Amino acid sequence: MKYFPLLWAALWRKKARTIFTLLSITVAFLLFGMLQGVNAGFNQTVEKANVNRLVTTSSISLTESLPYGDMSQIEALPGVARVAHASWFGPYYQDPKNLVFSFPVEPDRYFAIYPELVLPKEQLEAFMQTRTGAVIGADLARQYGWKIGDRVPLHSTIWTKPDRTSDWTFDVVGIYQDPSDRAQENAFFFNYKYFDEGRSFGKGTVGWYIVQVKDPSQSAQVAAAVDKLFANSPDETKTETEKEFQQAFLKQIGDINMIVTYILFAVFFALLFATGSTMMQSVRERVPELAVLKTLGFSDTAMLTLVLCESLSLCLLAAALGLLAAWAIFPTLKDMLGVVELPMPVIAEGVAVAALLAFVTGIIPAWRAKRLDIVEALRG
Amino acid sequence: MSAIVSLSNVVKSYTRGKQTVEVLHHLSIEIAQGDFVALMGPSGSGKTTLLNLIGGLDRPSSGEVKVAGERIDQLSSGQLAKWRARHVGFVFQFYNLMPMLSAERNVELPLLLTSLSSAQRKKNVQAALTVVGLAERAKHKPAELSGGQAQRVAIARALVADPTLLVCDEPTGDLDRSTADEILHLLQVLNKDHGKTIVMVTHDPKAAEYASHQLHLDKGQLVEGDVKAAA
Repeated sequence: MKYFPLLWAALWRKKARTIFTLLSITVAFLLFGMLQGVNAGFNQTVEKANVNRLVTTSSISLTESLPYGDMSQIEALPGVARVAHASWFGPYYQDPKNLVFSFPVEPDRYFAIYPELVLPKEQLEAFMQTRTGAVIGADLARQYGWKIGDRVPLHSTIWTKPDRTSDWTFDVVGIYQDPSDRAQENAFFFNYKYFDEGRSFGKGTVGWYIVQVKDPSQSAQVAAAVDKLFANSPDETKTETEKEFQQAFLKQIGDINMIVTYILFAVFFALLFATGSTMMQSVRERVPELAVLKTLGFSDTAMLTLVLCESLSLCLLAAALGLLAAWAIFPTLKDMLGVVELPMPVIAEGVAVAALLAFVTGIIPAWRAKRLDIVEALRG
Repeated sequence: MSAIVSLSNVVKSYTRGKQTVEVLHHLSIEIAQGDFVALMGPSGSGKTTLLNLIGGLDRPSSGEVKVAGERIDQLSSGQLAKWRARHVGFVFQFYNLMPMLSAERNVELPLLLTSLSSAQRKKNVQAALTVVGLAERAKHKPAELSGGQAQRVAIARALVADPTLLVCDEPTGDLDRSTADEILHLLQVLNKDHGKTIVMVTHDPKAAEYASHQLHLDKGQLVEGDVKAAA
């Protein structure tokens, strides 16, 4: 701690240069925080997938519907505890940029298979009994100020009504919570019956089935049995665990992990040169000053440590600013990413990357300071 | 008085490319404790090289260098650094202060290597700045000080850890006559009143007059019979 004023003074010797270097590292870590945050958020969703649940979709594509009649056949298979279904409604609220994650479901089946979604019993009853009823996530309710009793119009980008309009009106009858993952509190569920009767095409179909197995160790056998059931039918299925399903869903967007890794590698590779050159220049300019410190009795190791600490201070300060900015910005992107806040492991990873960056960019100038010959350096 | 600096048969040579240049030739000197010695001689005579050996900044090619009872020519680089911190205060021609640090922070630098508390360090820094008459400029940065004041800060930095020996390389070389006289007077006070042993390299005969002894070097050798007591 007693060396801090010396470190700090050295760091700010050339203010403009330090500020520019600091800014470039800050921006890099902002990018790191955002990209790794998205990546970690998606991975978190996959990791939280329930091992009891399977997802059955059309073997052709996730966008292909399956007959509603398949449900009773799946339900009759040994090892299956219960079955629910959902479909993608694809609506927005008032403005196309206000996308809403909305799904027509059968209330009793859906909330039974997703016990982590907490909905008061009387609200579930109301949901089942109200044809136009909708249950929304607490976060979505907060976002638009919706409350029970409100009438909410949504415009579907997929489903039209016989009168060729795509505007659907719902009555909010319940608000659910998901204490295990607040990021899941942004969905909008409504009655499948209302949806199926109201749509102009695709009647009697669902988007996918969710199958709860009695014994998770039998998941593979049950999945195979479901797919075997519909083999060689017009609607062949693909059944996988919830985790596999979510991974496949994310892969549709792209291999996020790989994209993030490549982008960050490029950014930090460029940063290595920028920061490394700043540190080299900073030490080169201070050769006489460093020689004086050695003259006063600072050992070779102390010089090495001082320069490394200088590099560490610069990188950690910039990383802290960048990660702080990412942490502040992250919640505003929730609608796009579905992740509520920057995960802590990303922050910890960022700090570790900053320390590594400091070491890599600082070690050569630090070594130079360590090996500095006092007599030569003082001679200039 | 006992010798605090003792050089015996010291040779120092440098290799420049394929050439080896011998700067000091079998030099033997003794400097008594409490002495104020001016090292004089023409450029290239080996004054600064000799000063660097006495101050533990460099090692001889052969021979013995004993300062404060220790064979410093045998110390490792790390040991030598510790030894310098404990025994030697350095004053340079161009002050060599850290431009981003205030006067008091500059003076504090040698104390960072000690185990003194922050409060004790502050106290010692104040005392050193008071000795050189700059206590009220403690918060000023080197760029806000005149040459004479900057050199006083450098002297305070050299003094603050209470070293055995003060080593000064042309301490007045960058100053006008009157400021130089002030600095030399200050060194004389430190020698006489505070008992500091001082070895000073200078080109200036007037500066050398402030010393109690003068040593003349020429071509890496002590000029015989040139060692004399100051007037």
